[in-house]
Amino acid sequence: MSRALLTGNAAAAWGARLANVDYVPAFPITPQTEIIETLAGWIAKSELDARAVILESEHSMLTAAGAAAATGVRVFTATSSQGLLYAMEMLYAVAGWRAPFVLVNVSRAVAAPITLESDHTDVLAARDCGFLQLHAATCQEVVDLVLLAYRTAEDPRVRLPALVNLDGFLLSFTREPVDLPDAEAARRFVGEFAPGAVSFRASRPTSQAVAVLGGGPYSYFRYEMHRALQGAAEVFAEASAAFAGVTGRAYDAVETYRADDAEVALFLIGSLSTTAKDAVDRLRASGVRAGLVRPRLLRPFPRESLRRALAGKSAVAVLDQDLSLGMGGVLHSELAGALCGVPGAPLLASFIGGLGGRNVGVGELVAIAEEAREAARRGTAPEPRLLYTESELREVRKLQAIALGERHELETSHD
Amino acid sequence: MTDSSPETRFRRMQDLPSTHLLGTGTSMCAGCGGLGAFREFYEVLGKGSIVVNAAGCMSLLATYPYTPFRGSWLYTAMASAPAGAQGVRDALDILRAKGRLTPEEDLRVAVLTGDGAASGMGLSATSAAIDRGLDFIYLCYDNEGYGNTGQQTSPTTPHGARTATDRGPRGNPGLKKDLFAVWAANRPTYVATVIAAEPVDLARKIEKAKSLRGPRLLLALAPCPPGWGFDPRDSIEIGRLAVRTGVWPLREYVDGKVVHTKSYHPRRPVEEYLVRQRRFAHLFEPRRDDATLAEIQRAVDDYWAAVE
Repeated sequence: MSRALLTGNAAAAWGARLANVDYVPAFPITPQTEIIETLAGWIAKSELDARAVILESEHSMLTAAGAAAATGVRVFTATSSQGLLYAMEMLYAVAGWRAPFVLVNVSRAVAAPITLESDHTDVLAARDCGFLQLHAATCQEVVDLVLLAYRTAEDPRVRLPALVNLDGFLLSFTREPVDLPDAEAARRFVGEFAPGAVSFRASRPTSQAVAVLGGGPYSYFRYEMHRALQGAAEVFAEASAAFAGVTGRAYDAVETYRADDAEVALFLIGSLSTTAKDAVDRLRASGVRAGLVRPRLLRPFPRESLRRALAGKSAVAVLDQDLSLGMGGVLHSELAGALCGVPGAPLLASFIGGLGGRNVGVGELVAIAEEAREAARRGTAPEPRLLYTESELREVRKLQAIALGERHELETSHD
Repeated sequence: MTDSSPETRFRRMQDLPSTHLLGTGTSMCAGCGGLGAFREFYEVLGKGSIVVNAAGCMSLLATYPYTPFRGSWLYTAMASAPAGAQGVRDALDILRAKGRLTPEEDLRVAVLTGDGAASGMGLSATSAAIDRGLDFIYLCYDNEGYGNTGQQTSPTTPHGARTATDRGPRGNPGLKKDLFAVWAANRPTYVATVIAAEPVDLARKIEKAKSLRGPRLLLALAPCPPGWGFDPRDSIEIGRLAVRTGVWPLREYVDGKVVHTKSYHPRRPVEEYLVRQRRFAHLFEPRRDDATLAEIQRAVDDYWAAVE
C-alpha cells in the first residue's frame, strides 16, 4: 500500500489501473477529462496494458463499452452531465446485455442553463437504467468503490454494469491523501475478468440483445435484471468484507455517523457528507442528538439498511443536491418510499440545495436539522424548501440589472 | 460487361455460394431486396463473423429464441452500430494481443443497418469509425425510406417518391442523399454500391471487401414491395430496372478512385422503372407529370454524362 495526494479524478484513474482494465473507450467532457487523460498517459508509457480509444460521442462510447465487455474484456469509461444524458439510451440498452463494466460519472449540473459545476441531477437521471450506482464521498472512496464496483458487477450473481459517482470540482479537482492498495492485492481482489456465458467466439456463435415479442418474455428478462440488481446488495456486502480484509477499510451500503442514538438525522449523498459530519458535531455540542445517514449505494437501493439506520429517529432532514422539476428532491421521494408503511417511521423534511455548485455550508445543514426536529415536535412535515439566501438573490438581481441596463443601452443607442 | 477483377472466383451465376448460411423463415417481408443482398453478403462473409445491427427492418431477423445466424449477432441501437463494431473489434484485438484468444476464435466484424440509420443518426458513428480506420465491413440496405415504420421519408428517399409522410401531389420534394459519395469523402479502404438483382457483381464486391482491411462499406439498393408498392415477385425485376435505367449506378471507390463496375448501353428510360412502383403512380395518373418525369430523367442523364 502506498500513500499519495490525489485528486478525485486521479483516484478514479487509479481505480481503473488497479483493476487492470483492458479497454477504455472515452470522450472528453469537463470535469471528467482528467481521468481519461491520466489513463491514456499510463497506456502510452506502458504502465497500463490497455487500449484507449476516443469515440465521437458518449452514445458511441457506451455502445463500444458494452460491446467490448460483451466480447470478453474488462472495460472502464467515464463521463459527466450532458455526456451521461447523451449516452442515456445506451445505458439502458447495455445493462440488458448483462456484460459488466464500470462507468465513472463526475457529476455536473445539467443544461439549461449550462454550467460546469456539480449537482446530482445528472447521475440520478440514470437511476432506473439497470446499472449499480455508488456514490463516493472522498477521494479514498473513489479508488475503493471503483474496485468494489468491478468485483460486485462481475459477480456471476449480478453481471450488470456499475456507475461510480464522484462530485465535480468538490472531489474531481480536490487533492486528498489516498491510500492506494498494493497492485498485486488489488489484482487478486478484483480477479480475472470472467466473460461467463456472454462472449463472441467463432466456435460459440451467440445472438445477443435480440428482440422479444410480447410482454411475457420482455417482463421475464427485465425482472431477471431487477432481481440481479437487488441481489447485488448482498454481493456488495461480501465484497466489502473481503476488501476490508485486504485494506482494512470497510464500506457499508449506508454510512452512519453518530446516528445510533440520534433523534434527528441528516440524509444526503456524496462529498457534502464531510461537511454534514461537522454539522452533526456542532449540533451535538449544542445539545441536539443529531446524526448522519449517507447511502453509498443508491442502486440497489438499500431499503433495509436505511430502515434500520433510521429506526427510532423522530425526524430526517433530506438534503437533495438534485431537483426533479415539478416533483422535488429525488432522494426525498426514494426515502419516503422506503419508509412508507414502517411503524413509527420518522418524519421527513425535504430541502433542495447545492444545485450547480451552490455552496451548502455547516450553518445551513444545522438549520435544516433543527427545522426537521421542530417539524417532528409539531407532528407535520413542512413544505419542501428550496434553499436560497437573501444575499444570493441580491447577487442575481445585480446580474439582471446589468443585463437589463445593457439591453436598454443597446436599444437606445440604435435610435 | 468488362471483367475488372480477373482474380475473382465469381464469374457467373453458377459460381455463387449456395451454402445457405443464413437460415430461412425470418420475419422479413416477401420479396425483400435487402434480405436478398444480405443473404449473399452473409454467405461470402462466412460464419466466423459477428453482425452488429442498428434499429431497422432487419433487427427482427433474430427474435428470441430464434436466430437465422450461424455466426454471432449483436443488436445495438439506431445510431451506434459502427461504435458497437468498434467495441467488438477492439476487444478481439486486445484478447489476441494478450494471448487470451486463438486466431481460430477471432471474428470478422460486420455492421448491418438500413438507410435511415446510415444516412441520419448513424452517420456520425460511421464517419468516426472510418476516421479511426476500424477494420470492419458495413452493409447498408437502402429501401429509400424508414421502411420498418411504414416508409416515411428518409434522407435517401428519391425525389418525387410518395411516402407515408410525403403524400402530396409531388411526393418527396428533397433529393436522395448520395451516401456512396458521403462515405467515399471520408476516404475509407473501400466503398461499393450493390444490388441483389446483380448477384455476380454483388458477390465480387463482397469478395473484394473481404480481402481488404480497414473500413469497407457496401450500399445495397433494396427494392421494398410494401414500401415502394409492387408485387413481391417483381423484386428482382425492379432491381434490374434500377440498374438498366441508370438510376442505381454500380460503382466502387478504391484507392481514391471511383470506378463503375457494370453499366448498360443504351440505358432504358427511367420511366420504365418508375411506372412499376405505386410510390411514383402520381407521376402517371390521373395526368402524366411530364415536368417531374423529365426532371428525374435529366438527373440520371446528368450523372452519367459526368462520369462517362
